[in-house]
Amino acid sequence: MLLQARSLTKRFPGTLALDGVTFELAAGEVHALLGENGAGKSTLIKCLTGAYRRDGGEIVLDGRPVDPQSTAHAQELGIGTVYQEVNLLPNLTVAENLTLGRQPRRWGLTSRRGMRALAREMLAGYGLDIDVERDLGAYSVAVQQIVAIARAVHLSGKVLILDEPTASLDAREVAMLFDVVRRLRERGLGIVFVSHFLDQVFAISDRITVLRNGRHIATTEAAGLDRLRLVNLMLGRELEQATGHGRTAHDAGEELLRAERLGKRGRIAPFDLSIRKGEVVGMAGLLGSGRTETAEVLFGATAADSGAVKDRAGAIDVSTPARAIASGFGFAPEDRKTDGIIGDLSVRENIALALQAHRGWARPIPRAEQRRLAEDFIRRLDIRTPGPEKPVGQLSGGNQQKVILARWLAMNPRFLILDEPTRGIDVGAHAEVLRLINEMVAGGMSLLVISSELEELVTVSDRVIVVRDRRHVAELTGQEITTDAIVRAIAAPEAATEAAE
Amino acid sequence: MNVRRLPLYATIAIFLVAYLLCWLQFPNILSTRVVGNLLTDNAYLGIAAVGMTVVILSGGIDLSVGSVIAFAGVFIAVLLRDTGLHPLPVFALLLGLTTAFGAAQGALIHALAMPAFIVTLAGMFLARGVAYLLTLDSVPIDHPFFETLQKAYWLMPGKGRLTLLGVLMLLCVAGGMLLAHRTRFGTNVFAIGGGQGTARMMGVPIGRTTVLIYAFSGFMAGLAGIAFAIYTAAGYPLATVGVELNAIAAVVIGGTLLSGGSGTVLGTLFGVLTMGLIQTYIVFDGTLSSWWTKIVIGLLLFLFIVLQKGLLRIGQLQRTA
Repeated sequence: MLLQARSLTKRFPGTLALDGVTFELAAGEVHALLGENGAGKSTLIKCLTGAYRRDGGEIVLDGRPVDPQSTAHAQELGIGTVYQEVNLLPNLTVAENLTLGRQPRRWGLTSRRGMRALAREMLAGYGLDIDVERDLGAYSVAVQQIVAIARAVHLSGKVLILDEPTASLDAREVAMLFDVVRRLRERGLGIVFVSHFLDQVFAISDRITVLRNGRHIATTEAAGLDRLRLVNLMLGRELEQATGHGRTAHDAGEELLRAERLGKRGRIAPFDLSIRKGEVVGMAGLLGSGRTETAEVLFGATAADSGAVKDRAGAIDVSTPARAIASGFGFAPEDRKTDGIIGDLSVRENIALALQAHRGWARPIPRAEQRRLAEDFIRRLDIRTPGPEKPVGQLSGGNQQKVILARWLAMNPRFLILDEPTRGIDVGAHAEVLRLINEMVAGGMSLLVISSELEELVTVSDRVIVVRDRRHVAELTGQEITTDAIVRAIAAPEAATEAAE
Repeated sequence: MNVRRLPLYATIAIFLVAYLLCWLQFPNILSTRVVGNLLTDNAYLGIAAVGMTVVILSGGIDLSVGSVIAFAGVFIAVLLRDTGLHPLPVFALLLGLTTAFGAAQGALIHALAMPAFIVTLAGMFLARGVAYLLTLDSVPIDHPFFETLQKAYWLMPGKGRLTLLGVLMLLCVAGGMLLAHRTRFGTNVFAIGGGQGTARMMGVPIGRTTVLIYAFSGFMAGLAGIAFAIYTAAGYPLATVGVELNAIAAVVIGGTLLSGGSGTVLGTLFGVLTMGLIQTYIVFDGTLSSWWTKIVIGLLLFLFIVLQKGLLRIGQLQRTA
């Protein structure tokens, strides 16, 4: 084995991110590393590349135990990494990027000719015909990615870790990248490939390792592995599992709004979506499949480049979040910490934020009214806080989530998008949030709920849209909504129709 | 065509067009005398601006420059008055001091992860304050060696004088060009300006480079102070207030991106010369208020900020195409 990680353990406050994970990489193989959010993929990679210090276990490279201290050190040892983006500097030339830190010199000055020659030598065998003296930023992301690979391989030369390298590439560019990966495999490098795109994983990988909740679940040959089985390994569900128990049907009214051919090139293929009043539409799919991207174009966080959103009165402008909010939309994003709450502000301030923005800064909400608002929601949503002036950052995850819900409820939106509303909150709070969802809908609001928790979707949704490879691939309604059917739809479209029948 | 080079061409074009317009009105402006004076009068600014260019290329800023120049003048004048030292060891001592001062600022910026703006703002007050400590008055310098330096010139054809100061500035520009564009240090400066996080991942020694950048700026500010002392033959703690802002303006008019990562040292020379040319025009005209200099510089700054934004857009379009 070229690289072995034996019973690797990494703890973060409150969680065990890696729990005795073992991972083996042979020379001349492409080994895919798969898992959902929080599975431990990125933690494992960061331990291997020295970005994190592991708490336990050992790493053996070429038969010798190694202890990478930093990404630079890992590179010297022979482990190079290329990330989805920000690998190189767009303001430097291709040659400068490739030779940075190792520029050939003559009489103490860097030699342009030497740099050009070295850069061409480093790029030889990658099938790139580019002018190495142009700025890197002038080239496409795919070319930049290949240049980054060339640099990493030149500097490390044994193990190449590709972390979501295809996330912003189109199909032709992916093929170009895979050509390069196959050539490197032939040269005997060990390549770790992390991706959310199952098609790509099957196209390039020799072996597949699945992680879930910080544990090693399985390592198998890619050939002969069934997609359905793979999705089940990733999501951790068995097909025999209960179907549609405890579902709540809501009294959905007439159509509230409709998205027609809405899409954004490179993020989400044009889709149609109709939402009825008082309805919960669930959205299922693997990470990076286009769930969040759908929410973002609906809310204007990403400007759509095709299609429109309409209601009975006509077209709705959702080109920016501010306009979407003005039309009665709300969006509680996936990552609370970076996109949702403002930790240093109090519960009161966080709740009043969106409402204040909507009213305009010229008409401040009186403090007494803010306080009344906050106290009202603290009671209604049962937010556990000593008082409205407590900084939100000091509350638990579940209570932070409720504060975000309160912020949007204060706006009284007609359509609210919840992206992973129960991520990282405990079981009790989980049930609370689901109860709140049902309450909101009973009050006539329409919801789009994005979740990786299939049981959760089955429980709250009236309809479930399944997204795969940035495309809406299936829609399940009523009795069709079972975890089984959703998993099949995620794995392959044929399986989904089978299940639906 | 390399989009990154466009601002440099724009700077040179603006300078040439401005010179042409001046020449149409005042044919005398096209003479080696005017060119010689342009170089001499702006020598200290040009020298400081070379240091500033490197700082801005790295995405930083150095507000202490004007105060350091004033401190340098006072330091030289007081030392020459009160001790029997020859100016040369005084120069060496001064350059050592200002370089260490710059290095300390760089170390603070890196170690405390503080914005350069704040740290060098403190440095600006500190250096000015120390200058006041040395003297409150203007101290004349009447060392014979200074007179020699002042009067050293090469007579160009057309009776223009290429003074020692002018030559010093041109040498600084040439040295700055080599440093910024032809050394590993220079590439590291561009790398940090392009993205500090990425630069660190690529193995650029951020701390060492940051210290060196501000040390270089301190050294150049000290050198500019020497040039200013030779030029005015005096040290005065109230002198050169706001010169750092002129230097920043020259760098930006010279086509360097204020947010870092893109620009040239040669462009800065033309930025300085363009600003000097505006002043020369006003002197030739004789009726205009000298505040017009500021107005024109302000307009030029706006022009370049808009130009840079436009180029950024073009670059993005090129890539998507």
